[in-house]
Amino acid sequence: MSTEAGGEKVRMHIDPTERAWIRVAIVVLVIFALAITVAGFMLGIQVPTEEQRVDPRTIGDAAPWAAPAADEEGDPRIQELVPGEKYAVYIIAKMWLFAPSQVPTPESGIEIPAGAEVTFYVTSTDVQHGFKVQNTNVNFMAVPGEVSTLTTEFDEPGTYDFICTEYCGTGHAAMFGSITITE
Amino acid sequence: MVTETTQTPVYTISKSDKRFIGWHVFFAVAALTIGSLFGPLQALQQAGIDWYPSLDFLFINIPEGPAAYYQGLTLHGVLNALIWTTFFITGFTTLAVIRGLKRDLAIPIMNRIGFWMMVVGLVVAAIPLLGDSASVLYTFYPPMQADSLFYIGLVLVVVGSWIEGWGFYITLYRWRKENPEEKTPLIVMAVVLNMVMWQIATLGIAAEVLGLILPWTFSLTNGIDPQLSRTFFWFTGHPLVYFWLLPAYASWYTMLPKQAGGKLFSDSLARLAFWLFLILSVPLGFHHQFVDPGVPAGWKFIHSILTLGVFFPSLLTFFTVVASLEYAARQRGGKGLFGWIRALPWGDPSVAAQLLAGILFMFGGISGLANASYNVNLVLHNTTWVPGHFHLTVASAVTLSFFGISYWLVPHITDKPLWRPNLAVASSWVYFAGMLIFSNAMHTVGLLGAPRRTPLGLAPYVPDEWNGHLFRVAVGGAIMWVGLMLFVVVVAVTAWQRKRFADGETVDIPLAESLDDPNNAPAWLDRWKPWLIATAVLIILAYGPQLLDQIFGIELTSPGFDPGSPIPNN
Repeated sequence: MSTEAGGEKVRMHIDPTERAWIRVAIVVLVIFALAITVAGFMLGIQVPTEEQRVDPRTIGDAAPWAAPAADEEGDPRIQELVPGEKYAVYIIAKMWLFAPSQVPTPESGIEIPAGAEVTFYVTSTDVQHGFKVQNTNVNFMAVPGEVSTLTTEFDEPGTYDFICTEYCGTGHAAMFGSITITE
Repeated sequence: MVTETTQTPVYTISKSDKRFIGWHVFFAVAALTIGSLFGPLQALQQAGIDWYPSLDFLFINIPEGPAAYYQGLTLHGVLNALIWTTFFITGFTTLAVIRGLKRDLAIPIMNRIGFWMMVVGLVVAAIPLLGDSASVLYTFYPPMQADSLFYIGLVLVVVGSWIEGWGFYITLYRWRKENPEEKTPLIVMAVVLNMVMWQIATLGIAAEVLGLILPWTFSLTNGIDPQLSRTFFWFTGHPLVYFWLLPAYASWYTMLPKQAGGKLFSDSLARLAFWLFLILSVPLGFHHQFVDPGVPAGWKFIHSILTLGVFFPSLLTFFTVVASLEYAARQRGGKGLFGWIRALPWGDPSVAAQLLAGILFMFGGISGLANASYNVNLVLHNTTWVPGHFHLTVASAVTLSFFGISYWLVPHITDKPLWRPNLAVASSWVYFAGMLIFSNAMHTVGLLGAPRRTPLGLAPYVPDEWNGHLFRVAVGGAIMWVGLMLFVVVVAVTAWQRKRFADGETVDIPLAESLDDPNNAPAWLDRWKPWLIATAVLIILAYGPQLLDQIFGIELTSPGFDPGSPIPNN
């Protein structure tokens, strides 16, 4: 169904001001695209990627996410990979708490020295949850069947709350934990 | 200057079609009224004020504590974001198609079946929603599980909207056969294209509900794959936003210039923008899943770039709409670099609503750019920034534009004059003022780390620095509700008053002419096939490999959970 009169091609008319605007729009969008590319791939500010699939029905009892036995020394969920420098923390999100660091019992909490790099491995054993460590770039979904992970460095000593950011049932608003960064 | 070259006979919409469109608006506004009841309660809850018990008179069994918040939040999301929009859009599309083509619907019974199926779906979904057995929010992420009636109701609403869509496609197809020499009017192209985009986009949610959720709800499968469900959901979830937005754009392009006393600046670029929305609306859903564990970062990055791409037609729209308005204002004697803005007909309730919608949408577009920006989203994901953002899009650009459309559409279909036009203007201003306060506070407290979907008045971890902002959320939310109620009262009284138009008096659908002659637009702007092929190809490239990967890696391991209990169902 052609509307070309007599085979004559009709070219699109664009007002000069609009042509200028289109150029500006394209340049601005290209700058934005470059900015996120540089931040992501050169400065290393990355989003979570595929890590590991697990069975949400059993993962809570499997190492390294399982809670330590009463006679066990230390907590296998908080691993010191390089003392003072590199740590890995394995957290289960479930209705309506994070384990370890079930607030408010400080003795079950997580303690990391300032300046260390911490990698979080979080999964859910029931519904979807969120995991956001306040004042850091660690912020992701905890989806049953999947392991979410991100790494961050804590430079300032203090207490950092991590909160559930996805609706997970009636107890959602109370679901949070914290990590203590020591001098 | 464009002059009418062909004399088309005057077309009057039949009483029956007017009534049919009226039913769409009736259910849309009814849903909005009930859904919005919860808005201020949620906002007040953020400031620690619990007014839910005051709803006891409405519900036989209002749950205690946070359960009331989540039941209300689910109703708010479903009724406002899904029902108000879908019903209003299909009604507006019906009018735009009939009046734009000056032709009856090809198969009127088809559209009627589609519409009443939507109504049945709404009623079916309302049963568990009101009974607190579907308090899973409008995203209904598995493995949280609602009563199966909730999902069945949603399926009926979506399939009903498809059937209405088919009615529109067939009507346009017949018209093109009957009028091979004519270009499809821009308004018709825009609204029908929107239904086509919706048809493609909703394949995701159809796969999720029919393929995964219903078999799991009926215990045909032992579990569900939550990650795959999310991917299917967001295949639909983002284009859903454009499904809401494009009818508002259609009004800004094809009606607002006329209402403001001018013409559309460029018909060709308007068409180009709509085609770009068709091909770019769907293949960017992973930008809602930037922080999902089961999607590779590379795919997220590709969708982030494509999202910047869909920003391009929005920037085109911004230029064309502002240029058309400036032309209109200067025709009316407006002067100065920005002084012309004052010369726009701010006293016209329909124009005022849409201008205010556009202003709020500028802020919404900017905050949306932040959401869409891959790693910037790490700071914002699932914070109150996000509902702050979409209240500027769906609850401002779309909802205020629909207020504006209603202010001529309701008089048009009821043959009754608008009741208290001044109050109608006031409704938009009050809503606008409330939204400015509310959305600014939501964005700010979100940047500070406040999670969305959370009654923060009950949360133990709220630092003092959030409290001032949460108070502004409450104040803004309450003011918005007053503005919205003014709208409801104005249209309800308009529709139910006894006063009718005097003979010869009428309100017609405002259709703007274009400064450039649409018949001079290149032919490729009036062909469906190449654009549909481009749409399919882009979706296959941007989604195909990752979607197949997730489908073949499916693991049905998650049992269902009731929102009130950590013990799995069955």
